[in-house]
Amino acid sequence: MTQADILSGGFAEAPQQAARAFRACLEAMARPGRIQRIEGAHPPAPLSPAAGAVLLTLVDSTTPLCLAPSHDLPAVRQWIAFHCGAPLAEPAQAVFALGTWEALQPLSAFPIGTPQYPDRSTTLIVEMNALSPPNAVLTGPGIEDRQPARLPEIDSLIANRELFPLGHDFFFTAGFEIAALPRTTEPEAL
Amino acid sequence: MSEAAYNFAYLDEATKRMIRRALLKGLAIPGYQVPFASREMPMPYGWGTGGVQVTAACLTPEDCLKVIDQGADDTTNAVSIRKFFERTAGVATSEHTAAASVIQTRHRIPEQALTERQILVYQVPIPEPLRFLEPRESETRKMHALEEYGLMHVKLYEDIARHGAIATSYAYPVRVEGRYVMDPSPIPKFDNPKLGGMAAIQLFGAGREQRIYAVPPYTRVVSLDFEDHPFEASKAAHDCDLCGAAHSYLDEVITDDKGGRMFVCSDTDFCAMRRAEGHVGRLSPKGAAA
Repeated sequence: MTQADILSGGFAEAPQQAARAFRACLEAMARPGRIQRIEGAHPPAPLSPAAGAVLLTLVDSTTPLCLAPSHDLPAVRQWIAFHCGAPLAEPAQAVFALGTWEALQPLSAFPIGTPQYPDRSTTLIVEMNALSPPNAVLTGPGIEDRQPARLPEIDSLIANRELFPLGHDFFFTAGFEIAALPRTTEPEAL
Repeated sequence: MSEAAYNFAYLDEATKRMIRRALLKGLAIPGYQVPFASREMPMPYGWGTGGVQVTAACLTPEDCLKVIDQGADDTTNAVSIRKFFERTAGVATSEHTAAASVIQTRHRIPEQALTERQILVYQVPIPEPLRFLEPRESETRKMHALEEYGLMHVKLYEDIARHGAIATSYAYPVRVEGRYVMDPSPIPKFDNPKLGGMAAIQLFGAGREQRIYAVPPYTRVVSLDFEDHPFEASKAAHDCDLCGAAHSYLDEVITDDKGGRMFVCSDTDFCAMRRAEGHVGRLSPKGAAA
């Protein structure tokens, strides 16, 4: 990876592109399972453009980031160091975590918040091969009726729902697409 | 044209990231108040600094912004916030509810039903519904953690004991998804039924108190009440004197010093739209449309 690769791939027009990327994140978190398009980032592989955009939009020097082994690579580390400046952290300190579903296990290593501060839990950015076809149906806040979605696994996400108001919140990313699953959503296998 | 000396939508990017993270946690835990590092804004506390920060963090260049103050588009607070974002973000603005993608509101929910492509941002003075019952933040935080809301029901009961009915008429407490008791900001309780099951995203910002909270679309929001004293969304028992609307929330306007008064829709856009459609009220000019 050359110097130029590390320095490129960020937002060209940071305020406007970050605003659009955040709206995709906001819509995703507000309407669980619904796929949004998120653009603007061109991070090094294996980081997807969608995950790169989430990092550029939400992660900075105040938010410790845990890189799962799947993404704990020099190119990714250097790109994040330059564009986000996030300190890399162990799961127990992570505000955000990034990786494939398998690499992020065990989820119990990440904070789920405290009864008085349930917001102090890790947001996990899970890299997927694709966000379709659906393998689960979601219900809960943000969903009018039932929302089909592709989840990496269902049982542990049901267990996460049972922790409410504590628990993890998830972004699922693939290519230029993003979907989310907050702790309030009830997944059910299709 | 936007003011070139400022960043897009006024706030710096690091501040927006901080607010954006709080907004996402707010959506993930509906009704829970997320602490955030509220900034000083170029307007005094009480003029919507919380709402302005939330709006600034959400706006994209493509948005169309509407700002209302007690339902009106043309009052000082609404006009100055709208101008603020015209200058600092260069976004389009509108007074029409249907045309707006982001609506910042002080103390009303528009009469016209909102859609999935809209965001409603509330300005909140006191986000903690239990604050006037328990002044200590350390205690109210524990009460939320333990789901200990008995005190709130005692307050509503005392209303009934004293007045014969629940006298709370605005900032009427609600329970979100059966978990957190939330202050819906000082909207009239007439608006409470619109909080639940709304298609739009609802975001709440309290600048002085440094709290952000949210209600995702299609979320269960229930106004607290008792079986024998059910919640009632009340309004003045009149029709609008300008457009004749029977089911909109009304402002009372004193018209002279001999007891003269009139009732008009608090939602100015809704009232203007109805008048444009030819609806008339008691005080409409004779032969105006009809």
